Amino acid sequence: MRLFVSEGAPGSLPVLAAAGRAQGRAELLVSTVDPEECVVPFLTWPKVPVLQLDSGNYLFSTSAICRYFFLLSGWEQDDLTNQWLEWEATELQPALSAALYYLVVQGKKGEDVLGPVRRALTHIDHSLSRRSCPFLAGDTESLADIVLWGALYPLLQDPAYLPEELGALHSWFQTLSSQEPCQRAAETVLKQQGVMALRPYLQKQPQPGSFEGRAVSNEPEEEELATLSEEEISMAVTAWEKGLGSLPPLRPQQNPVLPVAGERNVLITSALPYVNNVPHLGNIIGCVLSADVFARYSRLRQWNTLYLCGTDEYGTATETKAMEEGLTPQEICDKYHAIHADIYCWFNISFDIFGRTTTPQQTKITQDIFQRLLTRGFVLQDTVEQLRCERCARFLADRFVEGVCPFCGYEEARGDQCDKCGKLINAIELKKPQCKVCRSCPVVKSSQHLFLDLPKLEKRLEEWLGKTLPGSDWTPNARFIIRSWLRDGLKPRCITRDLKWGTPVPLEGFEDKVFYVWFDATIGYLSITANYTDQWERWWKNPEQVNLYQFMAKDNVPFHGLVFPCSALGAEDNYTLVSHLIATEYLNYEDGKFSKSRGVGVFGDMAQDTGIPADIWRFYLLYIRPEGQDSAFSWTDMLLKNNSELLNNLGNFINRAGMFVSKFFGGYVPEMVLTSDDRRLLAHVTLELQHYHQLLEKVRIREALRSILTISRHGNQYIQVNEPWKRIKGSEADRQRAGTVTGLAVNIAALLSVMLQPYMPTVSTTIQAQLQVPPPACSILLTDFLCTLPAGHQIGTVSPLFQKLENDQIESLRQRFGGGQAKTPPTPAEAMAAAAPQQIQVLMDEVTKQGNIVRELKAQKADKNQVAAEVAKLLDLKKQLALAEGKPLETPKGKKKK
Amino acid sequence: MAAAAELTLLEKSLGLSKGNKYSAQGERQIPVLQTNNGPSLTGLTTIAAHLVKQANKEYLLGSTAEEKAIVQQWLEYRVTRVDGHSNKDDIRTLLKDLNSYLEDKVYLTGYNFTLADILLYYGLHRFIVDLTVQEKEKYLNVSRWFCHIQHYPGIRQHLSVVVFLKNRLYTNSL
Repeated sequence: MRLFVSEGAPGSLPVLAAAGRAQGRAELLVSTVDPEECVVPFLTWPKVPVLQLDSGNYLFSTSAICRYFFLLSGWEQDDLTNQWLEWEATELQPALSAALYYLVVQGKKGEDVLGPVRRALTHIDHSLSRRSCPFLAGDTESLADIVLWGALYPLLQDPAYLPEELGALHSWFQTLSSQEPCQRAAETVLKQQGVMALRPYLQKQPQPGSFEGRAVSNEPEEEELATLSEEEISMAVTAWEKGLGSLPPLRPQQNPVLPVAGERNVLITSALPYVNNVPHLGNIIGCVLSADVFARYSRLRQWNTLYLCGTDEYGTATETKAMEEGLTPQEICDKYHAIHADIYCWFNISFDIFGRTTTPQQTKITQDIFQRLLTRGFVLQDTVEQLRCERCARFLADRFVEGVCPFCGYEEARGDQCDKCGKLINAIELKKPQCKVCRSCPVVKSSQHLFLDLPKLEKRLEEWLGKTLPGSDWTPNARFIIRSWLRDGLKPRCITRDLKWGTPVPLEGFEDKVFYVWFDATIGYLSITANYTDQWERWWKNPEQVNLYQFMAKDNVPFHGLVFPCSALGAEDNYTLVSHLIATEYLNYEDGKFSKSRGVGVFGDMAQDTGIPADIWRFYLLYIRPEGQDSAFSWTDMLLKNNSELLNNLGNFINRAGMFVSKFFGGYVPEMVLTSDDRRLLAHVTLELQHYHQLLEKVRIREALRSILTISRHGNQYIQVNEPWKRIKGSEADRQRAGTVTGLAVNIAALLSVMLQPYMPTVSTTIQAQLQVPPPACSILLTDFLCTLPAGHQIGTVSPLFQKLENDQIESLRQRFGGGQAKTPPTPAEAMAAAAPQQIQVLMDEVTKQGNIVRELKAQKADKNQVAAEVAKLLDLKKQLALAEGKPLETPKGKKKK
Repeated sequence: MAAAAELTLLEKSLGLSKGNKYSAQGERQIPVLQTNNGPSLTGLTTIAAHLVKQANKEYLLGSTAEEKAIVQQWLEYRVTRVDGHSNKDDIRTLLKDLNSYLEDKVYLTGYNFTLADILLYYGLHRFIVDLTVQEKEKYLNVSRWFCHIQHYPGIRQHLSVVVFLKNRLYTNSL
C-alpha cells in the first residue's frame, strides 16, 4: 500500500503515529505530493494524507487510515472509539482548523486562537477526569488517543495553548507525546519548527469560515435535557420534602467582618476605578458589578465575605484634571469620589467598604512595603534623562510637553507620539520643546529613579504561581497574560515619578518624588481595609485562612498577577496573595468603543437618566458579560433580552405562579400530591440548580445566569402542559392536580427569587415580598431545591415584575447616546436574517434623509459628480431597506420624469 | 430528517423491535442514546453502529479490515460532508465525486451492502428528491445506486420513492 503525504499537512501526524501498528503486516511506501495535487481519482478536491490500498481502493479520511492500521493489528472496533472519532470529525476538526488557521496563516495569538477550541479541549479534559482513565477509551492507549493526539499536537505542543487548568488533558497529552511513535511522527511532520511547519500547507487551504459565527454569538445555547436516573429523582424528592427544616441557622452579621478560623473566608476586591473619570458600562461590568454578583453569591452560601473597592486617586492624570478645573488635586478627588460612590450606590453594589487611596494608611503601608524591599535588596537606582520646566519647577510628564517632531518636522508633536507621522517619540528628542502649561522651554535634566528588581524576584513568583494556579479559578486570559510576560522575561520597573500628588518616597534624595501609581495602587486594597478595621492584617497577612478573589478587566492583570505579588513576596511579610484572578475581556458599545471625548456610549451617571431600572441594567450587562471573549452592548439586543427573557420568560412564569395561588386558592399555597412527572421536574430543577452552583463557584457569572432562565423556561412549560386554569374548573382529581401544579410552580418561583438575588437584588426582594418567602429561605441558597412555601403558606399581593421596553424609547436612547448604526452594509443574507422592525424603521428614516439631500442638491443645480455620489448612496440605502424587508429589488428604471 | 427519526428508521430496517428513545444535544441536534448498561452514546454514526451490533448484523459494518475502514470512512463522509452542506454548489460537487466513485461499484464497499449504504441513502434522500430528470441522468451512477438501495428490503419505509427513468432522455448529458 502507498501513503501520499504533503509537507506540513496536519493529517500526517496521526497517520504516521498509527502506521507503526501495521508494521510487518503490509509494506508501506510513502510518497510526498504537492498539497494541490488531486491524488484520489474520484475526488474533485485535493486531499492528503491518502492511503492507496493494494486492492486499488483509496482511504482519504485521516481517521479511516488510522483505523485501518489499527484493524490490521487485530484491534476490534468499539462504541466508545467510534464516538470519539465521530466527535473528532464533526466537532473538534472545524474548531481546530479555525484555530490553526488564525494562528499559522493570520498570525493571531492568545485568546483569538484558543477561543474557538476551548470548548472542545474542556470536553476532552472532563471526559478524562470523569472516567478517571488515563486514556480516552480505557486503560490502554488506543485509536481514539492517536487520532485526537495527532489532531491536537500542532496546537498544544506550544504550552501557551495547553490551558493549565485542564489537568487531565495536560497529563494525557504529555503521556502520548512522550511515546516513541508519536515523537517520531511529530519530528517528521513539524521538523522542530513548531506549528509554523504547517504554514506551506495551510496557506493553500481555504479559510475555514463557518466557525466564526458560532464563536461570537451572544445567544444562549440550546439546552439539552439531561437524562435522569431514578436515584437522582428520589434524592431530589427527599430533599424537597425536608423543606425549611433543612436550612441551617442564619449567620449573624458581623461588624467589622473579620476572618474566622475554620470557616471559608472570602475576600473580594474589585479593581480600583481611576478617580478622574466617570466609569462607563464596560468599567462597571468589568469589575464592580462582576465582583458584586460573586460577593452576593458568596453571602448566600453563608461564606464569611468581605467585599471592598475604592477610588484610585494619585497620579499625573489627577494633577492635570485639577489644573483643567481650577481645583486642587484633593478637591478633584473629593468631588469625583462622591460621583463614583453615587453611581455604584445606584447600581446597588454591595460593598462592605468603598474607600480611597489618598489616606495616611496608604502612605504607611506603601512605605513599609518599600522599606522591606529596599533592605532586602530588591530596589535598584538608576538615572533617567527627563525634561524639566524651570519656571514651573518640575519634571514634565510626556503629556505636558509639545514640540517639533524630529522625524517629520510637525510643529505640534506630543511628548510621546507625533500625531502627523505617527512615530513614537522620546520626549527629550523633541526639537524646540515647550512646557504645555507655561510655554517656556524645558531643559534636559537627569533625574534619579528607583526600580523594582523584578528579575531577582522572578523565581519566587514562578514558585508561587506553580502552587497557586493549578486547580484555581484564574480566568484563562489572566493565565495567558502572565505566562506571556514570564516567557519574555521580567525587567526592572521604575517605581518613582517626579510628581507631587502621590505617596512620598521615604528615602534621602527622593524627597520631591512620589511612588508611581501602579506600584502603590494595588496596595490600596490593604490601606482601604486598614481604614475599615485596625485588624486589617487578619485579612491581608493570612494566606492560610483567606481566599482572595480579585476582579478586573484584562488590562489590569499584570499589576495584580505579577507586580504586586512580586512586591509582596519580596517584602517577606506573609501577605495574602490572589488565589483567584478573575479578568474579563472588553465590552464594546454597539459597533465601536466607548468614548468619553466623542460622547459615545453610556456612562454610569447617565444610566440613571434613562428611566430603565438599575436591575435591568445589571441583568443585561451580566447577560452579555465579556466572559471568555469580547462582547458588545447593543440597545436593540437589550430591548430584545428584556422583552423576551425577563418579561416573557422569567417575569411571566413568576407572575403566573403567584396569580394562580391568589386567584384559585385564595392566596394560600395548595396541597401538593406529586406524580412521577412532578418528581422528574423536581430533579431537573435540582440538576439545574446544582449546575448554577458549579458555575458560580468557578465565577462563571454569565453562564450561571442562563441556568436561572432555563429553570423558568422549565416552569413555563410545566404550567403550559398541565393547564391548571382549566383543571381548576374540573373534577375533584383535576382540582387536586391544579393545586399540585400551582404549588410546585410557586415554589420554583421562590427558588428563582433567591438564585436571582446576586444578579437582580431589587427584583429578588420584590418577588420575596410578593410571595412572602420566609426570611431564612431568602438569605441562604442550598444545593438542593427545598419546598420553602409549604401547603397553607399565605402569599402577599402579586403584581407584574417587568415592563416592556418599546422600540421608540430605545431608539431615542440610542440616538441620545450616539454610536449605533452599522457603517458597513450588511450582506443580503445577514439582512434577511436579522432585519428587526426597528432596523427597518432606521433604514426608512435614512432613505428619507438621503432623499432630501439628493433633492436639495438637484434643486441647487450642484456639481454632477457630487449629485451622482449622493444618488449612489441613496440607491444603496434603498437596496438595504428592500433586503431588510425581504422585498424583491426594484430594478433601476431609465430616466424618470421629475 | 431529524437524526432521531433516522435512527428509528434504521432500527426498523434492522428488525429491532424495541424502539429506543433519543434526545438531541446542542445546536446541531446531535442524537443521544441512553443505553441500559453504561454511559450514553452520542452521534449518529456511533449509535447506528451500536444498533447494528445490537441486531447481530455485524456484517453490515464490513467483514475485512479494509471493508471496515471503508464503511467508517463513508459514515464520516455522511456526517461531515453530506450533513450541514445544503448549498447547491456543495451538493453538486458531492454528487459529482460520488458519481465517479460509484462508477465501478454496486455498493459503497464494492460488492457488499453495508451500513454506509443505508445512512448515505437516508442522508441524500432530501437532495435526490429534488433532482431534475436531467440531473439524475447526469449523476447516473448515483441514481443507479440510490434506486438500488431504496428497493432494498426494509430500508425505505415511509420515505418517498424517487422515480428514475429507465430510458435516457438526454443522451449527450454525460
